[in-house]
Amino acid sequence: MAQTRTRPLSPHLTIWKWGPHMALSILQRATGDGMATAGVLGVVWWLIAAASGPAAYETFMHHATSWYGYVVMIGLTLFFFQHLFSGLRYFVLDIGAGYELKTNKSWAMVVPVAAIAVTAAIWLSILAGKL
Amino acid sequence: MGSGTEIGRVRGLGSARSGTKHWIHHRITAVSNLFLVLWMIFSLLHLPALDYLSVTTWLAKIWVAVPMMLMLVSVFTHLRLGLQILVEDYVHDEGLKFATLMFLNFYAIAGAAAGIFAVAKIAFTGAAS
Repeated sequence: MAQTRTRPLSPHLTIWKWGPHMALSILQRATGDGMATAGVLGVVWWLIAAASGPAAYETFMHHATSWYGYVVMIGLTLFFFQHLFSGLRYFVLDIGAGYELKTNKSWAMVVPVAAIAVTAAIWLSILAGKL
Repeated sequence: MGSGTEIGRVRGLGSARSGTKHWIHHRITAVSNLFLVLWMIFSLLHLPALDYLSVTTWLAKIWVAVPMMLMLVSVFTHLRLGLQILVEDYVHDEGLKFATLMFLNFYAIAGAAAGIFAVAKIAFTGAAS
């Protein structure tokens, strides 16, 4: 679509005052993309390894239980719960609720805190079980 | 397509009522992901061990294999819809956008098929290999 006429543009990102809701919006895309690539490929690798036999499964477990394997798995857990809680917030916004400035800001700040808390609870219980 | 008036230039370039369907499917698969991925995470946490035998014995069960397959369909559908928005936002060249969306579809369908086949193989042939 050729648009030759210069029209007035709406205020751009750079002049808005930053708020937590903007960070959540960007994080929703970043966490989704991370899981859509590294996350699902990891899960499919795990399933294919299990279907291919003990040797292939051993190779998968070798990488999964290495230091970088734990970094990826802890990261994906955080990504998942961030995406989940943020997604639940979007369901509320989708029905037209929660746009009052203070309400919007408070829930936007609750989301990452909840994601970090659940991720920490899960991995501390896993690591505690190993001791 | 007309070229004289403003309305003539935009006719036929709209969403053709397909935008709402995309949006609704993204939400429906978000809800199914919510249940199915949480099921997978907490099932794995409850398994006594994650070695080859424990995992394949677990995956072979009908009430594990079926939700796992459903999870793969749900997750890959959701990521296909999500990555489509990403591509449409950032890839502006029409030809490149067409090719990227085509490969996105290949990726989503191939990924889901590979995962489902793996679960089916474990379920139908048993853990022994």
